[in-house]
Amino acid sequence: MSDYNFAYLDEQTKRMIRRAILKGLAIPGYQVPFASREMPMPYGWGTGGVQVSAATLTPDDTLKVIDQGADDTTNAVSIRKFFERTADVATTSKTAEATVIQTRHRIPEEVLSEDQILVYQVPIPEPLRFLEPRETETRKMHALEEYGLMHVKLYEDIARHGHIATSYAYPVEVQGRYVMDPSPIPKFDNPKMEMAAIQLFGAGREQRIYALPPYTKVVSLDFDDHPFEASKAPHACALCGAEDSYLDEVITDDQGGRMFVCSDTDYCESRRAAGHVGKDAA
Amino acid sequence: MTPLLSVRDIRKTYGSHVGCTDVAFDLYPGEVMGIVGESGSGKTTLLNCLAGQLTPDQGQVVFGTREAGPRDTLQMSEPERRMLRRTDWAFVHQHARDGLRMNVSAGGNVGERLMAVGARHYGDIRDSAADWLGRVEISEARIDDRPTTFSGGMQQRLQIARNLVTNPRLVFMDEPTGGLDVSVQARLLDLLRGLVRDMGLSAIIVTHDLAVVRLLADRLMVMKDGHVIETGLTDQVLDDPQEPYTQLLVSSVLQV
Ligand SMILES: Nc1ncnc2c1ncn2[C@@H]1O[C@H](COP(=O)(O)OP(=O)(O)OP(=O)(O)O)[C@@H](O)[C@H]1O
Ligand SMILES: [Mg+2]
Ligand SMILES: [Zn+2]
Repeated sequence: MSDYNFAYLDEQTKRMIRRAILKGLAIPGYQVPFASREMPMPYGWGTGGVQVSAATLTPDDTLKVIDQGADDTTNAVSIRKFFERTADVATTSKTAEATVIQTRHRIPEEVLSEDQILVYQVPIPEPLRFLEPRETETRKMHALEEYGLMHVKLYEDIARHGHIATSYAYPVEVQGRYVMDPSPIPKFDNPKMEMAAIQLFGAGREQRIYALPPYTKVVSLDFDDHPFEASKAPHACALCGAEDSYLDEVITDDQGGRMFVCSDTDYCESRRAAGHVGKDAA
Repeated sequence: MTPLLSVRDIRKTYGSHVGCTDVAFDLYPGEVMGIVGESGSGKTTLLNCLAGQLTPDQGQVVFGTREAGPRDTLQMSEPERRMLRRTDWAFVHQHARDGLRMNVSAGGNVGERLMAVGARHYGDIRDSAADWLGRVEISEARIDDRPTTFSGGMQQRLQIARNLVTNPRLVFMDEPTGGLDVSVQARLLDLLRGLVRDMGLSAIIVTHDLAVVRLLADRLMVMKDGHVIETGLTDQVLDDPQEPYTQLLVSSVLQV
């Protein structure tokens, strides 16, 4: 394989994407437009994240790909295979061993370090879109820091449900400036966004890249009398007994049996390998 | 007394067509100015130029700001002008759907301006919204309903509440009673008159309904072909019009 085609995209395209990434890192939370390329996979399959990963990966990197916390879903497997084929990089399911982690809908439970990069797949980068569909207007709102509308959305939530019911893609304010959509991660993950690793967000169809440098201040929006809560199901993982991890509810049989297990499969497996046992572990 | 608004030499053209031209007047605190004239005479064009929704070709719109005294709003930066628009100014559109968020509850519609200027206590925002719904005669029980479920008159009253919640000092209204049934209009006018008096509001009201200006406006400007052709105290202009066009306007209404 020639260097020219490393990670599928040509060097010029990767340079263009890297410039967008650097600009994003320089202005945390700001959505940088970029000329998204056709990728050999449909939109909605993480083409934004894939392009950011392609521009970020070097031959020495070790890549991990997760979808909803799992390494073995179709989406995660196909993206991992794509980079194994086009970039010939090492891959892993171990969070600690990865240097680049591409994710859809989760932040790994294991604390990330300064030498790691987390790449998010983003479907809709604009947090204001729900109430203001006009792009010219949302751009102006960002430029002028007019973010009252974000609280209207939270107000509506409380008025309808008695509490802030938004549980995914919960809006955050970045470094006291830009309001950002963290992609559809559960709000349980929001506090983790203040982390040591670099976080990059790629939206393919919408042609936007944004970023958080290490240790950027990330505050989840809320009201004084309805403070933000990073909630999760009030259970321990049935397999590894973890009480601090985000849980998925899985159906175990056709008699309505169900249990709660870690959504981060690597985290769960590592804990079990270390001897932790949950109540349903056989 | 210094004027709240000083308008000088406003002109707005659409290509070679004149929208409005040579407009100048002062509006004093607590005063209500009516702008009347036939369709196409330039009322909306003028109002939008004054309210910062359209940029005139020339002229000055000097507003007495709270912090810095008289400022030409046309020379302000856009952030300053937008800030004014959600604090000291209010704009009531003819069609409520242009001034409301139809997919947001009544309470959220009223609360938006509060949140836009930094209110972050849900309970307080909701209390203000409930209070304002009451003041525009909408039952508090409707606070969580969307405006799509409201009648035309209720939508218009909701739009007014949404605008007045931040205690603006100057309200721009474009045909606020247009398109409503006569009985609904009467109730809305009554309400507006009460609010203007109680809050000491200054207002500029565009209408082609002379009954509206008779009830609400202290002073009147009559427009024709983009020009102001007659101004004066409302009663004076309506009872003793000087210009032939104004005489026609007044008499045609009296015949109705
Ligand atoms: N966007 C535009 N482009 C071109 N011409 C316009 C535009 N808006 C208004 N005009 C013209 O400018 C003149 C004044 O229009 P304006 O809407 O201000 O009148 P108006 O007094 O508000 O009328 P109405 O009572 O029907 O609302 C009219 O001749 C109109 O056709
Ligand atoms: Mg008009
Ligand atoms: Zn587990």
